[in-house]
Amino acid sequence: MIKTNKKISKNIILSLENVSISYGTFEAVRNVFCNFKKGNITSLIGPSGCGKSTVLRSLNRMNDLIPNCSLKGTVLFDGTNIYDKRVDPVEVRRRIGMVFQQPNPFPKSIYENIAFGARINGFTGDMDELVESSLRKAALWDECKDKLNDSGYSLSGGQQQRLCIARTIAIEPEIILMDEPCSALDPISTLKIEETMHELKKNYTIIIVTHNMQQALRVSDMTAFFNAIEYEDGDGGKVGYLAEFNSTKKIFNSPKEKTTQEYISGKFG
Amino acid sequence: MNSLYYQKRLSRNIGDKFFTSLSVICALIAILPLIFLVTYILYKGGSQITPELFTLEPNPPGDDLDAGGINPALIGTLIITTIASIIAIPVGVGGGIYLAEYSKGGAFSRFIRFGVNVLAGVPSIIAGVFIYALIVSTKILFGSMYSGLAGGMALSILMLPTVIKTTDEGLKLVPNELRYASLGVGASMYTTILKVTLPSAFRSIATGVVLGIARAAGETAPLIFTALFSYYYITGFGDLFYEMGSLAVLIYNFALEPYDAQNKLAWAASFILVLTILSVNIFSRILAAFTEKTKRV
Repeated sequence: MIKTNKKISKNIILSLENVSISYGTFEAVRNVFCNFKKGNITSLIGPSGCGKSTVLRSLNRMNDLIPNCSLKGTVLFDGTNIYDKRVDPVEVRRRIGMVFQQPNPFPKSIYENIAFGARINGFTGDMDELVESSLRKAALWDECKDKLNDSGYSLSGGQQQRLCIARTIAIEPEIILMDEPCSALDPISTLKIEETMHELKKNYTIIIVTHNMQQALRVSDMTAFFNAIEYEDGDGGKVGYLAEFNSTKKIFNSPKEKTTQEYISGKFG
Repeated sequence: MNSLYYQKRLSRNIGDKFFTSLSVICALIAILPLIFLVTYILYKGGSQITPELFTLEPNPPGDDLDAGGINPALIGTLIITTIASIIAIPVGVGGGIYLAEYSKGGAFSRFIRFGVNVLAGVPSIIAGVFIYALIVSTKILFGSMYSGLAGGMALSILMLPTVIKTTDEGLKLVPNELRYASLGVGASMYTTILKVTLPSAFRSIATGVVLGIARAAGETAPLIFTALFSYYYITGFGDLFYEMGSLAVLIYNFALEPYDAQNKLAWAASFILVLTILSVNIFSRILAAFTEKTKRV
């Protein structure tokens, strides 16, 4: 038993076991089982209201910040249930970074935006070097190396989002969560961020929520399709569930579920 | 068919004109007291302003030739307001941080918000009587009774609700995305508040603090019960534990004197007080306008 656990944990960095999340009495997602592989990009797709963003936020306890949000089941990271009472959510977020839907740089200089996270995490090395390497990894260095002291707000939307990615990389997380990182951006910026993600894949595990199926196809190794249905015991509202989880190729070429086929071909969503 | 051109005689157009002018007249009446009050005080007090006013002690009433100056009262007002700020700003900002950042809208925070609103409506004289009963009559402050320190405490009670409310509201205006950004890179709640949310809300909080100071500086009733009045120069730290003059109480005392010289001094003090409070208010307006501008960027 212990042996198999070890075997799994070699490749699986994060796993959801029978996770159900509710906001107050409203149940958002039910009974999710899912294993995220190390070094992979996994995309979560599905129609609005299927709970994919909720699931993503639960992975680094960002849901704690939403009043009345509660989670049942276990989220195993590094062999620990991150919802254990003894776990410090701040430490979880240091090891599992997050990039949000809207670019949200701090109202500080570009340099400070990146140095902030590192400094509060007790980084003692060469800060200039860290800023440069983080910006390089996020493919932003060439565009802003001459204006590191300008405000983060002076950048364009796409650049701001890459700054947010650089800021997340700077704290050296093991996993990066991205909540529709390109939904507020133009196609060219989107392409740049996707290139960045391919670069990051070498060192990090990425889990991304996206509404753009082409993007899921382009960037991810694994795809999880979430859907929402009405349960008989529910109060009439739709509850999200994990409909299908497989390699991106299989999801898009030969999905097992009929709903997956219908969603990716654009019949609903 | 009716013509499309504007017709003065139409009853709806006459009614419209009537109500427009009525509301303009009401608005003018509303602002008249302020205009009269400020011009009257500027006229009555402005003519009394001399360099000696700022340097001399007031003479005891009865000496009709020369009333002296308002130096002790001016310095006293400064000291008492400073004491009030030292007490009210940390407590108020801290309370506001709790309400906006930590509380989850439960019964306790609702109780505090309600309490703050009630406190904002408490008549200032009650704040004075409260500190009188708590500190002055019990001689709890090293045996001193009426003192500048007690006066500052009474004024801090009046400042507190303004500071708490503006901190609370200023922090609520900070977008949640900014908090998520900070927490998302592994900052603790405390670092987030100290390094990200508080600096973003700094100017709106500062505006509220300045308004609170302006309100406290003009209060009379709480000081009559707590700081009382003094004719003498403030010379050292020890004077904090004795009666202390203030502009507001000086006006109250000297305006009631039967002597002309003292009345004139009261007018001069009114002039200084109104001017100070007016300029502090204008300063807070500028501060607020500056905030608006930086937000849009």
